[in-house]
Amino acid sequence: MWSLLITSNTQWVFFSTMMLGIAAGVIGCLSYWKRQNLMSDALSHAALPGVVIAFLLIGEKNLLVLVIGAAVSAIIGAFSIQWITTWSRISEDAAMGMILAVFYGLGIMLLTIANRSFGGNQSGLDSFIYGQAASMVKSDVMTMLVLAFVVLLVVFLAYKEWKIFLFDPQFAKGIGLSIRGMSILYTSVLVIAIVIGIQAVGVILMAALLIIPAVSARYWTQSFRMMLMLSALFGGVSGLFGTLISATGKSLPTGPFIVVVAAAIFIISLILGKEQGVLLHYFQLRMQRKKANAIGTKERSIT
Amino acid sequence: MESAILIAENVSASYRKNTVLHNVNFKVNQGTLTGIIGPNGAGKSTLIKTLLDLHPRLSGSVTFFQQPFKKAKKRIGYVPQRGSVDWDFPTNALDVVTMGLYGEIGWFKFPSRKHKEKAYEALKKVGMADYADRQISQLSGGQQQRIFLARALVQNADLYFMDEPLAGVDAQTERAIMFILQELKRNGKTVMVVHHDLQTVADYFDHVLLLNRTVIGHGKTEEIFTKENIGKTYGGNMRWLIGEEEKNVVPSYH
Repeated sequence: MWSLLITSNTQWVFFSTMMLGIAAGVIGCLSYWKRQNLMSDALSHAALPGVVIAFLLIGEKNLLVLVIGAAVSAIIGAFSIQWITTWSRISEDAAMGMILAVFYGLGIMLLTIANRSFGGNQSGLDSFIYGQAASMVKSDVMTMLVLAFVVLLVVFLAYKEWKIFLFDPQFAKGIGLSIRGMSILYTSVLVIAIVIGIQAVGVILMAALLIIPAVSARYWTQSFRMMLMLSALFGGVSGLFGTLISATGKSLPTGPFIVVVAAAIFIISLILGKEQGVLLHYFQLRMQRKKANAIGTKERSIT
Repeated sequence: MESAILIAENVSASYRKNTVLHNVNFKVNQGTLTGIIGPNGAGKSTLIKTLLDLHPRLSGSVTFFQQPFKKAKKRIGYVPQRGSVDWDFPTNALDVVTMGLYGEIGWFKFPSRKHKEKAYEALKKVGMADYADRQISQLSGGQQQRIFLARALVQNADLYFMDEPLAGVDAQTERAIMFILQELKRNGKTVMVVHHDLQTVADYFDHVLLLNRTVIGHGKTEEIFTKENIGKTYGGNMRWLIGEEEKNVVPSYH
């Protein structure tokens, strides 16, 4: 089974899922502080109809074209959510839930049509649901790497702008930062991170790769910069090891394994994390209790 | 000194169905310290946000230093309500104050040591130098308010808007903040403060803007802050304390 690792194509696949994890980890931190974790879930589901429509239009599985289709569809999803929230009394979470289900349903419907008209499962589009990294070819890998790099560059260059945009948007506007521009940039990088991940991780589980590394990183640091780096590390490790494990068996889906690795990192962080981790919390509470009891006994003995 | 640096004419604003502000007119002179006074829901915060283009203006015009807001932006500082941000955000006090310099640093550039030093000076001024490296989530309400004030100070603006900087702070912090506001005024800066405690108005502010959806009265505190005007502003919903002095008036919901 390890002979799989030697072929150069597989190495590139490992590298690209690692880069995907890094990009998703970083973007996940932005979503975390924008308090929009569910948004990534809604948008990744909303990407599915776009993938299938793009495939139906060109009739072949070219990742770049499918990614563009996915992006268009996810952006339509994002606009719909915003439009519903602004112009009706429906709250944002309800709007997200609706868009998620409606777009995903539409995607599955189109997928059935695509599969039927191209005979059986010839289209190979099913891999976009649970993710199939092994099915990626070199040009797919290149598309992913370039886009992941763009996303990382955008976050790095505008690091201080992201920080103030997330912490205090009103103040940011007051000193001349365009909140509209930042929101558009945010949605763009979020959509890019999602669409480059859908082939490797799948539309259903892509949100997990955006959410879990960020919440895991939160258990280790009190600095935004450090949180970005840790989240990138956790995402990268999840991407790499998830793909490694799924490569050991024949045609195992990649997405679930990546998410399982990410979840394992989360559980470790939850228990051992130095910022409000469960274990530390328990011991600190016990120590405080002891201290309080000791003072109590002392006072009782005095009176 | 007697030049109007802020002119609001016929300003109105609303939230969905409800008009919050209508026909608001006033002029503010340089070097004044104005308290914006009015009951809950009178539109005090909305007024500030509307002036600063943070809330859509339905009608009217606003000029700062004879210019529209967009051009005068750099000369205006804003201290939002403390509750308007997420204090759980992972950053420290010095970092938040440095945010006040982002405009000066320029977009997509990183703060230098010089900027950090400037921010540290501002922290010192508000008595928070010892807390520079402290996580903002671990600061008390009064300390968070001082951080916000320091962030406004480093902007070195000419006109400041502060939304309830004294809400929920202890007496010592209140004195410290008021001292800084007085100092800003002495340096020729203009400050407008949303304020809730009617008892301290006469001590703290040389001008008042009485607001209840529109301007009820605006001018020098000793002329405008009268029992009659306050009654008008709060809709007669007042109880009068012994002494019958204007400054002993409190709204009945206290």
